[in-house]
Amino acid sequence: MQVRQLALLLLLLAASPRCLAETPAQGEAPQQQPATATTVPIGYLKQEVKKVIPLSRLKVEPEDIGIAGAEIALTDNNTTGRFTKQQFTLEVERVPVGGDAVEALEKLVQRGHHYIVVDALAETLLRLSDAVKGKDVLLFNVRASDENLREKDCRANVLHTAPDRAMLADALAQYLVWKRWQRWLVVKGVFPEDLAYLDMVRRSAKRFGATIVEEREYKETPGARRSDSGEQQIQQQMPVFTQGAPSYDVVVVADERDVFGSYLPYRTWDPRPVAGTAGLQAMSWHPAHEQWGATQMQNRFQRAANRFMLPIDYQAWVAVRAIGETASRVGSGDFAPVSAFLRSDEFGLAAFKGQKVTFRRWDGQLRQPIIVAGPDLPVSTSPQEGFLHEHAEVDTLGIDEPESECKFQ
Amino acid sequence: MRADALVMAIVAAIGLIAGGEPARAYSVYVSNEKGNSITVLDSATLEVTQTIPVGQRPRGIKLTPDDKYLLICASDDDTVQMLDVASREIVGELPSGPDPELLNIHPSGSTVYVANEDDNLLTAIDIADKKVVAEMEVGVEPEGVGVSPDGKTVVVTSETTNMAHFIDTDSYQITDNVLVGQRPRFAEFRADGSQLWVTSEVAGVVSVIDTKAHKVLKVISFAVPGVQPEQIQPVGVRLTKDGTKAFVALGPANRVAVIDAKTLEVEKYLLVGQRVWQLAFTPDEALLFVTNGNSNDVSVIDVPSLTVVKSIPVGTAPWGVAISQH
Repeated sequence: MQVRQLALLLLLLAASPRCLAETPAQGEAPQQQPATATTVPIGYLKQEVKKVIPLSRLKVEPEDIGIAGAEIALTDNNTTGRFTKQQFTLEVERVPVGGDAVEALEKLVQRGHHYIVVDALAETLLRLSDAVKGKDVLLFNVRASDENLREKDCRANVLHTAPDRAMLADALAQYLVWKRWQRWLVVKGVFPEDLAYLDMVRRSAKRFGATIVEEREYKETPGARRSDSGEQQIQQQMPVFTQGAPSYDVVVVADERDVFGSYLPYRTWDPRPVAGTAGLQAMSWHPAHEQWGATQMQNRFQRAANRFMLPIDYQAWVAVRAIGETASRVGSGDFAPVSAFLRSDEFGLAAFKGQKVTFRRWDGQLRQPIIVAGPDLPVSTSPQEGFLHEHAEVDTLGIDEPESECKFQ
Repeated sequence: MRADALVMAIVAAIGLIAGGEPARAYSVYVSNEKGNSITVLDSATLEVTQTIPVGQRPRGIKLTPDDKYLLICASDDDTVQMLDVASREIVGELPSGPDPELLNIHPSGSTVYVANEDDNLLTAIDIADKKVVAEMEVGVEPEGVGVSPDGKTVVVTSETTNMAHFIDTDSYQITDNVLVGQRPRFAEFRADGSQLWVTSEVAGVVSVIDTKAHKVLKVISFAVPGVQPEQIQPVGVRLTKDGTKAFVALGPANRVAVIDAKTLEVEKYLLVGQRVWQLAFTPDEALLFVTNGNSNDVSVIDVPSLTVVKSIPVGTAPWGVAISQH
C-alpha cells in the first residue's frame, strides 16, 4: 500500500467518531491530526526470496509476513500519536527475487526515511548497512539470526529485533536442562545454516550442562517434498535412521530448511521428544502466547491481519513500536535524539514478555525472554529459573558482553 | 449457655477489661481469575466464609458506596456482574462492553466506569438504568480507572500507549494526557484529590502526578536486595485516608512497598506471597489485604505495625480485592 493511501486510511480511522448504540454521548470530538503534528516516517524493505514449499502446509509463510506486524505497530504508535501530536507513516518496498535491495534502500533514504525495518538475509543486510554507512539511517533486522551480524560483522547502524541463533539455542537448552533432559542425540542436516545452528547447540550444551551423545547426519536430499504416497516411506525411514543410538533423552535436530526435521516427531526409534528446529522450538513469539497481556496483542493482530501472529510479525512490531515509543519519549522524530535514546538506559518497551525489552549496548541485539513452544502451545519461557547472571538473567541467553567479539564499524 | 458461647463471652469480657475491642468483622471479597469465583473472608477471624461461583475470568471488583452490590468484571463473559451482598447471589448485569478488566465508581454511586481492554475504550454506565451513557476512545489497552474524590474527573491508563488520560465526568471529554512509564496498570487518587498515583508495571516505577498542573511530581523507583530489577513490577496502589502512607504491590518481586506519602520515599518492603497485584484496606485501615496471584492466597498486613500477620488460601489466581466500607 502506498504511503499516501496508508496515511489517508489512518487519518480516516482517527477521524471516525464513535457512532454506536442509540444515545451514548460522543467520547471526543472527531480526532483530526492538528496541523502542528510532526510526521515520523518509517520505511520497510522486504527482500523476497525463492519460495520453499514447507513439509507441512501449516507452515507456509504468509505474503504479508512482518509487514502485518509493522502495520499494527503503526496503528498503536498513531493511537499514542493522537495525544502526543506525532503521526507515523509506513512505506513498504518489496524487492523481487534477484532484485536490487540496495537501490530500493537508497530510494527510501532519498524520500526522507531514517528508520528502516529490513526483512532480508544476512548478506543482503550487510550490503544495505554498508550502503548507508555514515548516513543518518538506522536499520532494524527482523529476519536474520546469523551470529556474525552480532559478532565480527556487527554494524553501528543495525539493531536486531530478531533473536540470534545463540539466543534461541540457549533458550531451548536451558529448558531441556531444567527438565533434566540432558543427553541429546543430535540429528543434523548438511546445509551451512544447519551447521551454524548446530554450532550454537554445541555451545549451549557446554554452557548449561548437557551432553551430546552422538551427532548423526541426514544426508538424503529427498527431491520433491510432497508425493502422494510418500508417508509410507518416511514411516520406514525415520525409525531406522534413529536406531541404535547411545542412551539419550531428547533428539535435537538442526535442520533449518526443514528438509526432514518435521518428520522426526513420533517416528524416532526410541520414544523420545524432538526439539530444535522441529518439535519443541525456541522463538520470539507464538500465536498462542497469552501471558503478560499478550491476549490483547493477539486479538488486535488477528482482527487486523486475519491470520495468526508469527515471530517475524512480532519482530517487526517491536521494531516499529521501539521507534514510536522513543519518538514519544524524546518528543521528536529527529534522528540524533531517537538513535541515542534507543540504545540508552532509559529506553524500554513493554512487549508482552513480562519484562521490558531493550537493546544490548555491545551488539545492538534486542534482549528478550524467549518462548519455548510445541506446535499448539507455548511450553515455557526462558531464561529458566536457576540460571543466574550478574546483572540481568535475560543476558544468560545469547552472546554476553564479556564474550562479545563485536567492534562496531 | 452453651460452652463455646460461654468461652466467647469470657474472651470478649477479657478483651473489654484489657481495654481492647474485639476486631470489627468486615467482609473481604476476592476475585479468582482462574477459579471463576469470589472468595469471601471475615476480616476478624481471617477465615474463608464462602466461595461464590461467578462468571468467567473475574478480575476487577468493587463494592458500590452503599455496600449493597459487588460489581465484578467477568472479562471472558464480556459483562459486569452485580452480586447482591445480602443474598450473595448474582442479580443482574451491566452492559460493560467487551473484555472489561477493571472498573471504578463515581462517589455518588450513580455511574460505573469500565476499561474495555480489547477495544481501547472507557465505558460509562448508569447503574440504576443499566445503560451505557458514554464511550470514550482512549489509548491502547486501557486498564487502570481512578475517580477523583470530588467526582469531577475520571482517569484511565492505557498499557501500550503509556498514558494517563484525564476525562471530565460531565462532558466525557479528555482534558489532558500525561505520559508515564511503560505499561501503566493502576491509577489511584489521594483522598484530598491533590495527587494521582499511577503504577508502571514494566518500567518498575510509580508516577506521582499533580492533579492541578497535570505534571509528574516524582517518579518513585524501588530496589529490593536480592531481587532482580526486572521482577519489580508495580500494579496496585492504595493510600491511607490521611495521606501519610502509600502501599504498592510489586508483582513478581513478591513484596508490598511501604512509602512515606509526604516525602515520597520508600520506607520498607513487606514480603507477601507470589505475584502480588491488588490491595484493599479495611474501613478502619487496621488491616490491608493483598492478593497473591501465583500462590493462590491472600496476605494480611497489620497496618499500624507494618507486619504481615497471615496468609489465607483462596481460589485459583486471586486478582482483585474489595472490602465492605461500613
